[in-house]
Amino acid sequence: MSGWDKFVETFFNAKVMWKYLPDILSGMVVTIELALLIVVTGLAAGLALALLRSLAIRPLNWLIIFVVDLFRSLPPLVIIVLMYFGLPYAGPAPSGFVSTWLSLAFVLMAFSEEIFWAGITSIPKGQWEASRSTGLSFGQTLFNVVLPQAFRLTIPPLTNRTIAITKGTALGTVVAVTEILGQASSAMSNSYNPSPLMMGAAAYVVLFLPVVVAARWIETKFAWKR
Amino acid sequence: MATNHIVDARAIHKHFGTLHVLKGVDLKVDERELVFIIGPSGSGKSTLLRCLNRLEDPSSGSIMVDGIDMLNPKTDINHARRRIGMVFQSFNLYPHMTALGNVTLALRNVAGKARAEAEVLGRAALERVGLADRADHTPGQLSGGQQQRVAIARSIALEPRVMLFDEPTSALDPELVGSVLEVMRGLRESGMTMIVVSHEMGFARNAADRVVFMDDGLIVEQGPPAAIFENPTHERTRAFIGQIQRH
Repeated sequence: MSGWDKFVETFFNAKVMWKYLPDILSGMVVTIELALLIVVTGLAAGLALALLRSLAIRPLNWLIIFVVDLFRSLPPLVIIVLMYFGLPYAGPAPSGFVSTWLSLAFVLMAFSEEIFWAGITSIPKGQWEASRSTGLSFGQTLFNVVLPQAFRLTIPPLTNRTIAITKGTALGTVVAVTEILGQASSAMSNSYNPSPLMMGAAAYVVLFLPVVVAARWIETKFAWKR
Repeated sequence: MATNHIVDARAIHKHFGTLHVLKGVDLKVDERELVFIIGPSGSGKSTLLRCLNRLEDPSSGSIMVDGIDMLNPKTDINHARRRIGMVFQSFNLYPHMTALGNVTLALRNVAGKARAEAEVLGRAALERVGLADRADHTPGQLSGGQQQRVAIARSIALEPRVMLFDEPTSALDPELVGSVLEVMRGLRESGMTMIVVSHEMGFARNAADRVVFMDDGLIVEQGPPAAIFENPTHERTRAFIGQIQRH
């Protein structure tokens, strides 16, 4: 048997792959569910915090900045572990799925708040002044004039960050979430063969490549002619 | 407080930290009057203009515009601002909207017009500034002069009682200045009350009712354009007029 055949036999073993395909597919479903929950709640919470911050209420802003900096500096794995193994001592005992979801949503909230905030503050003061001078209120100006322009600026960094954090769903393995990587590694130990891991890798590509392409499409759609 | 003046600002002071920018300015403007404010940079002319619609909050003083006490905390400032148009040096058009979108935003959100009616009024305003055929262009597709005229349309669509112009032609290439002044002249002829911070002396000479010279946070002197330009009483005015006319 040549080296190449051995390599294929080890990493792309058809028999093993066929056997564990259903596991990987069910892992994909879990990963998609987790990722959607994280993206929707994380981005919504991040935007809400950025909007609250724009009200310029000082004590509130200190709190927002503290929370955001905390979640940006902690490794996501630590947050997941704390929530899953630590929180039960204080009462609530979230499942591995919920722990992973909430932990990564908090991290995405923190990063997206900073990105939204940077977008809002990058809009020139003259835009606010022109709008306010025609009688639009602070809120009307924010939603009609500032946010549409800010969103356009935030799309590239936001999609990067969102993809990076949703790939963190793989961390759910440590708290027994049966997502792609969890399924792949248990299949790997059961079959004594790394082929399931290759399937897992392929599954991530299948899931995230369309997201990257969609992000590009959104970027061009939201661009306007200067 | 009964007054015949559409703008009645009294004893306006403005501090920016330790900087005393306005040091007790009185400005009264009659209906249909065109007042030009000139003066060296840093003299407080723009700040005075921006106090009139409360883009800046004066440190002290009183401001009445069209019978509304602008500094009373109970005044609905958004409602009051609808009646005071403002045109900026840098146009400040909304880049993500078409010209028509720029003009109709406040019509729909402040004046409460339905979309169809706002668009009719918006197109009429663009027509008045000679840009009816540019309604669907975005600011990026327009020249500076056209952008400034859209900005004027955005203000006049709301039928303001007073228009404030903050150096409306300073950011324009020389060949584009004329079109904006032309629109301003048209507004003047239609009876609009206008307060203009600008150094367009030719325009001031033949269109202004009154020229106000400011220096160092105070009004130094004011009068008809001919008097200010030909026979200024104060040394500082003379020096300033001399400087700008040399160019």
